Amino acid sequence: MNEKIQQIISKHRSVKGALLPLLHAIQDEIGYIPPNSVDDIAKNLNLSRAEVHGVITYYHFFRQEAPGKNVVQVCKAEACQACGAEELMNFAENILGCKEHETTANGQVTLEPVYCLGMCASSPAIQVGEQIHARMNTDKLKKVLEKIGGTK
Amino acid sequence: MTSTKVYIPRDSAALAVGADEVAATFAAEAKSRGLDIQIIRNSSRGMFWLETLVEVQTSKGRVAYGPVESTDVAGLLDAGCLTGAKHALGHGLTDEIPYLAKQERLTFSRMGITDPVSLADYEAHGGWAGLKNALKLDGAGIVNEVLDSGLRGRGGAAFPAGIKWRTVMQAQSAQKYVVCNADEGDSGTFSDRMTMEGDPYMLIEGMTIAGIAVGATEGYIYIRSEYPHAITTMNQAIENANTAGFLGDSICGTSHKFHLQVRKAAGAYVCGEETAMLESIEGKRGVVRAKPPLPAIEGLFGQPTVINNVITLASIPIILAKGGAFYKNYGVGRSQGTLPFQLAGNIKHGGLVEKAFGLTLRELLYDFGGGSRSGRPIKAVQVGGPLGAYVPESQWDIPLDYEAYAAVGAVVGHGGIVVHDDSANMAKLARYAMEFCALESCGKCTPCRIGSTRGVEVIDRITKSVNKEQNVHLLRDLCSTMVNGSLCAMGGMTPFPVLSALNHYPEDFGVEKDQKATA
Repeated sequence: MNEKIQQIISKHRSVKGALLPLLHAIQDEIGYIPPNSVDDIAKNLNLSRAEVHGVITYYHFFRQEAPGKNVVQVCKAEACQACGAEELMNFAENILGCKEHETTANGQVTLEPVYCLGMCASSPAIQVGEQIHARMNTDKLKKVLEKIGGTK
Repeated sequence: MTSTKVYIPRDSAALAVGADEVAATFAAEAKSRGLDIQIIRNSSRGMFWLETLVEVQTSKGRVAYGPVESTDVAGLLDAGCLTGAKHALGHGLTDEIPYLAKQERLTFSRMGITDPVSLADYEAHGGWAGLKNALKLDGAGIVNEVLDSGLRGRGGAAFPAGIKWRTVMQAQSAQKYVVCNADEGDSGTFSDRMTMEGDPYMLIEGMTIAGIAVGATEGYIYIRSEYPHAITTMNQAIENANTAGFLGDSICGTSHKFHLQVRKAAGAYVCGEETAMLESIEGKRGVVRAKPPLPAIEGLFGQPTVINNVITLASIPIILAKGGAFYKNYGVGRSQGTLPFQLAGNIKHGGLVEKAFGLTLRELLYDFGGGSRSGRPIKAVQVGGPLGAYVPESQWDIPLDYEAYAAVGAVVGHGGIVVHDDSANMAKLARYAMEFCALESCGKCTPCRIGSTRGVEVIDRITKSVNKEQNVHLLRDLCSTMVNGSLCAMGGMTPFPVLSALNHYPEDFGVEKDQKATA
């Protein structure tokens, strides 16, 4: 068992409603929740493996495999749709050569849809890691994606 | 001589258009010119089309420039912006900009003015006055003030906050909780985000007052994972408030205790529903609970729990500071006080407009919003989030008031307003509403889980002209099942955008207008 995960589990096991904070801590540390950690998490929190697996797979935010080097989220919610989000997502898929929820062949970018980044007055918006970019258009998106080496 | 104060926002909507670069360029340019400036990273005024909005403190007040890009900074300094000189990006005194001057900012009075995490700023601008008054009252006294204010839940459901608080206060339990719903997942809304990033002590103060009123000693703020800046700012503010004695074991030196912590959500839209949120905080899948029992009786960890949205709790400090009667003076009918309306989507002047209830959508769209951003005619306006109805122009003169909107089958909700121009295809937006419901349904009840998927299919058949008449009938039937049979608003209100699109814009579905349909 990964030692870092072990430490995170011991740190969180006595927290009330520990599972989400614990999963966040693991994903913050290693980028995803390794499937082989489910057993340990379950034992330590006195839960069944099914309960832990159920939580990991219920929430869109948690991943079970490592993402690309950069996660690019393109907002598809209504306020962004009203200002060209669909075009932006299509453009991203074309230029990256991958679909939503997929990673580019070079492993640099994982493309994800997101439903609202709270930039609704400056739409459309995308997020790269924790950096949000608002008032986007295809030209600006191209620059952002080129910078992180995601383009085909 | 003191240095000139330059305000550059740290709100994530400003950061998203380059505010950090603007601040860095200002600092570097000022240094190379030997100018003595002090850069303050304030919250946003909520005029997002002007971000990055740079304000310079002058003897007459703050002078605004925007939208400023880092490449504009040298030119601004050349023109003499530090003395408030004229410039193509200049807007004169910030307080006189009509968009701001016409607002009634009660809850958002500090927004854009203060440094969000500065306790000194908060206190100097009226902070903690509500808490200090609350500490002089007993629980019933505080609850009465909230009842008198007429405050209703600002998250969308509009349930009277005081009645909820009274129920929790009267419940007998060794442990009670206050939970703030900051899972602001609705498109078109950002007032919760602005509050947490821009005035976090106001939320802390509101929650602490709630804790004292009902006898709860622990509080949680459930913040969506899509808001990293809000999480960071809230955590920092909680730490500062603990150190300063506004939270912790002895609030302001009294025997009152209140401990507060942030819980990070994980991207499930339905966790904005209060009982799903409780499940999530407890570490489970965010599946909706059947009610009763009400969370006020059996909520978080089975204990009596006050659950309010961010803006509801953020409205509490001013109510306790100035009295319920003061707050109640704003608004119309049973919609009392103010609502921070959020103008979003295809709108020229998108941003936050706090006004008393009772103004009209037309005023918001044109007097504040300046029409569509694209310059094309506005076609449809979705009010109250993804589960709110599309409001056609024939209804834009109805006052924004919970009851008046309900009467036409629409909702004011949390005041999020998403504007679409005439290029919008309403059948496509209706399909999206069903698709989103299918994606985000918690799966507990059948009308929502299955109905949403069937809804997508039925709309597809209508737009492809397959047995059109029968499928329109089927869609209405399905919507009726979802409205009446769903466990929560997710399935229960998804038909609002769908049916309003069908009824007001039938041409987009390729069908005739149904004269009997009302909403």
